[in-house]
Amino acid sequence: MELLAIFVAAILINNFVLRYFLGICPFLGVSKKIDSAISMGLAVTFVMSITAVVSWVINHWILIPFKLDYLQIVSFILVIASLVQLVEMFIRKISPPLYQALGIYLPLITTNCSIFFLALMASLREYNFVESIIFGVGSGLGFTLAIILMAAIREQLDHAEVPEALKGAGIALIVAGIMALAFLGFSGMIK
Amino acid sequence: MEVLVPVITMGVLGILFSLGLVIAYRKLRVYEDPKIEQVAELLPQANCGACGYAGCRAFAEALVKGESTINSCPVSDAEGVKQISATLGVSAAEVVKKVARLHCRGTHEAAKNSGTYLGISTCDAAQLVGGNKQCSYGCLHFGDCVRACPFDALYMSEEGLPVVIEDKCTACGKCVEACPRNLFELHPISQGIIVFCRSVDRGPVSRKVCKNACIACGICSRACPEAIIIENNLAIITDYKKIDPEKIPEIEKCPTDAIGRLKKEDEG
Repeated sequence: MELLAIFVAAILINNFVLRYFLGICPFLGVSKKIDSAISMGLAVTFVMSITAVVSWVINHWILIPFKLDYLQIVSFILVIASLVQLVEMFIRKISPPLYQALGIYLPLITTNCSIFFLALMASLREYNFVESIIFGVGSGLGFTLAIILMAAIREQLDHAEVPEALKGAGIALIVAGIMALAFLGFSGMIK
Repeated sequence: MEVLVPVITMGVLGILFSLGLVIAYRKLRVYEDPKIEQVAELLPQANCGACGYAGCRAFAEALVKGESTINSCPVSDAEGVKQISATLGVSAAEVVKKVARLHCRGTHEAAKNSGTYLGISTCDAAQLVGGNKQCSYGCLHFGDCVRACPFDALYMSEEGLPVVIEDKCTACGKCVEACPRNLFELHPISQGIIVFCRSVDRGPVSRKVCKNACIACGICSRACPEAIIIENNLAIITDYKKIDPEKIPEIEKCPTDAIGRLKKEDEG
């Protein structure tokens, strides 16, 4: 039950993008087409899940036993940067068009605050190993959900009559704000 | 001694991760010819698809692999072609600049309306119900070609015909595809004489619906029989290179102006 609560909370209630406004850069940058939004979501989910595992291992097997908690930030960044490099190589190998479509946003996952937030939050909330994994996967799926919803809305927006001044980033931010309001409705479901 | 623990820990972690990445790189490396990047940068980046590939980058890959030749890109100018050929290490074949040309002179004034068309104002839609002109071969005036042009090389004149701005035209062929009546053709820019009609109706019929229709009187083909023939009630230029410049005034005696040189107002 505890695990389910963490999972649902990570996807809906404390959605990283719409509740904490983390990871806005790829959220706005890669949400023009559903196809690339899905791939971006999956790439972030993958990085988040692995980050949750590796950062837990480093935190509990190395940093805490040696009393090196203050190195958390540096070591988590190291983990994330290496993982993103790995994902980048992998995507480039299996799907060059996808690599082109994700463009600069793929290496930018490295500096995506939502992934870093995940690693810090898991250690702050003192999740155990399984809880960390569930938290990581859930948060990744939450990001995927948010970016796919956003892409679906923006594809429709292409056919809408948007005032000249709001075209592009302006209307995207407004839509993101309204989506965040909608997701606020989930708050309080789980403590 | 205290200070050594974090240094060693971070050092070991760093080395471990970099080793992991090195191994992954060995396994997952994609070899890419650096020439592809260079050629892609030299291409016009219009991504118009006129070469038959998905975009300039895909075309660059095909060029480097030798699957295509640079002449397939109608947008690159002479300078670009030269640089790309130098990068690829092949000699550039001479590229003839082509432009799109409209084969109709049925202006609002010349071509009579068959009725009032109030439907969706695109040529495609009008074509479905036969168009709003009595001539069933000529321009519909709704400007599908103007909207299709990615280079802003077309505009609709006040007389109601699309005008090609030849400096801007890259012969990408979008207007050729867009016109439901196939009135555009890509010509070498040096071709001086053009037949401005597509009607294959008999002379009296086409004369009735449009002042500028070809009535197949044969004046042009008699003036220059080696290059112009009359077929299906329409003058056809078989080989523009054989047209003797001295005979042009003779050809331009056309009573309906359906053949001749582009006029100033036609050129934008």
